[in-house]
Amino acid sequence: MLALLQDYTIQTVAMGAAMLGIISGVLGSFAVLRKQSLLGDTLSHAALPGICLGFIVAGGRELGSILVGALVTGALAALLMLLLTRNSRLKTDAGLGIGLSVFFAIGVVLLSAIQGSGNASQGGLESFLFGQAAAILRSDLWIMGGITIAALGLVAAFWKEFKLVSFDPVFAASIGLPVVMLEVLLTVMIALAVVVGLQMVGVVLMAAMVIAPAVAARQWTRRLEGMVVLAAAIGMAGGVFGAVMSALGRGLATGPLIILAVSAVVLVSLLIAPGRGLLWEAVRRWRLRGQLEGQQVLTTLYGLAAHHRDPAYPSEQGSVDAFHGTATRGALATLQRRGLVRPARHAPESTRHWTLTPAGIAEAERILGAMGREAS
Amino acid sequence: MPSRGSLHEPDLALHVEDLTVAYQSKPVLWDVDLDVPPGVMAAIVGPNGAGKSTLIKTVLGLVTPTAGHVTLFGRPYRAQRRRVGYVPQRSSVDWDFPTTALDVVTMGLYGRLGWLRRPGRRERAEAEHALELVGMQDYAERQISQLSGGQQQRVFLARALVQQADVYFLDEPMAGVDATTERAIVEILHRLRDQGKTLIVVHHDLQTVRTYFDWMLLLNVRVVAQGPVAAVYTAENLRKAYGGQIALIEREALAAGEARA
Ligand SMILES: Nc1ncnc2c1ncn2[C@@H]1O[C@H](COP(=O)(O)OP(=O)(O)O)[C@@H](O)[C@H]1O
Ligand SMILES: [Mg+2]
Repeated sequence: MLALLQDYTIQTVAMGAAMLGIISGVLGSFAVLRKQSLLGDTLSHAALPGICLGFIVAGGRELGSILVGALVTGALAALLMLLLTRNSRLKTDAGLGIGLSVFFAIGVVLLSAIQGSGNASQGGLESFLFGQAAAILRSDLWIMGGITIAALGLVAAFWKEFKLVSFDPVFAASIGLPVVMLEVLLTVMIALAVVVGLQMVGVVLMAAMVIAPAVAARQWTRRLEGMVVLAAAIGMAGGVFGAVMSALGRGLATGPLIILAVSAVVLVSLLIAPGRGLLWEAVRRWRLRGQLEGQQVLTTLYGLAAHHRDPAYPSEQGSVDAFHGTATRGALATLQRRGLVRPARHAPESTRHWTLTPAGIAEAERILGAMGREAS
Repeated sequence: MPSRGSLHEPDLALHVEDLTVAYQSKPVLWDVDLDVPPGVMAAIVGPNGAGKSTLIKTVLGLVTPTAGHVTLFGRPYRAQRRRVGYVPQRSSVDWDFPTTALDVVTMGLYGRLGWLRRPGRRERAEAEHALELVGMQDYAERQISQLSGGQQQRVFLARALVQQADVYFLDEPMAGVDATTERAIVEILHRLRDQGKTLIVVHHDLQTVRTYFDWMLLLNVRVVAQGPVAAVYTAENLRKAYGGQIALIEREALAAGEARA
């Protein structure tokens, strides 16, 4: 394991993956909060035609021109969609969906054209579809690092402006913030993050890298600051995890492993995050339901007693079950523990009967009173 | 500073002339002329879709008009930004955004802070003071998604209060809030007016217009009537503004208007 971590190639891949995780976590947070999760998808799919054009222009698999091409077509697609949705009735998600498909289709056509041309250096161009982490060089890290630091610097510098534009763009415009410019800046930065991730996870999975850490982080935090930092940490951890795992299990693709790792964090977060997780929601509902059930059973007993003009009237459990159409045993046991009902015999029948205690009568009257007030 | 002579209607808090606004060629506001003197609390009243929110947004430069112009104390909005406070409709933002009440109020100071400066201790104190004014000091660190509708509305009001403006625009600040909040908001607005501020409020409840406001604009795409509430609030005008929706108007509201007319 230690020897593994000292391996030069693995170090390079892990560092690249960590940077990718950080930049996509930070920028993804803003995309998710602005309800533009699809933006990452559009940007990355729209990078494909740029990759191919970069290849054609450079006449070979030259990283510089390929990345520039990816950035240009990705950003172009996203800005086009921003424009279109601003000036027409097209909904943002519809716009982004169309942009994604059209640009990706063009990309696939170009890709097949290049492959059909028999260019000797075409090999590996399709690796941009799903990424090929092992191909990353130390020198590439400088480009990725530079982009990451620039993006983080911009986010730090315009922190309060980005926050306000994401929360309340109308108010932001009213105090004179250039809302459109800030939105364009965020979009271009996400395009940069996509470029950072192209070699690592490829255009198809890059969207998940932008969204997943942010969605997971949102579950655990109450402040934007916390969300962004946590998303960066989740992205980074997922990146390093994927890199190391793929080195351990020789031949396993790094990019998909990274995506699987961050997706696992999303799943766990959606389930168990305190306050927001599904599990908590289920527990809360279950408790509430138990409470409501108890209240209903109590008022049923009260109603039966009132009907018989006998506060100590023993109701048969079977008739309470029949009234509610479900077993009320558990609810009655809970009520008994709270001292609101007690079991009773009603000779000559031998089945279980229940009687309200004075406390139970008071509670039932309180519940009915509250319901009456709400109804009026 | 330009001389007084170069100002357009400097004695009016808000002056709107020949304003027409259209979304996708359908006019939403048509040839609107509006003058609001300083120091009044004015209600903008009209049926749903009358263009009330659009009017405010256009005044604040958020929507570009097809024709017409707007001045505040004689100058266009761009030049008067610092003198204007704004409370958007509560439903216009996602309250599940990860932030606290205090943080939202602090956003009201961003305009004054300018680029690259972060809110510090002084801004925090100001925001806390504003929360106190709206009775929300105990909720400063509360996640905004955990506030009730009325509390969220108070937070929005507090954010406008830190703007220390001369003219405030509020879009339905009393829609969907509890009676206590409504009373608190009205009290704060009256206090601001008594300090000489101008308040322009989109108001949805005809019943309370006459008790809360002293100035009134009846709007339905066009201006139906404007001026002191007593002069504008007539059965005739209400009928003109609400037209087919007349059944929606409370009978007492109409009857009361009739008695005055
Ligand atoms: N962004 C928009 N794009 C298109 N139509 C809009 C937009 N905003 C408002 N409208 C339309 O303009 C009309 C006036 O809207 P609004 O000013 O919100 O009315 P009010 O606030 O009086 O209810 C409505 O018919 C509404 O559907
Ligand atoms: Mg409105």
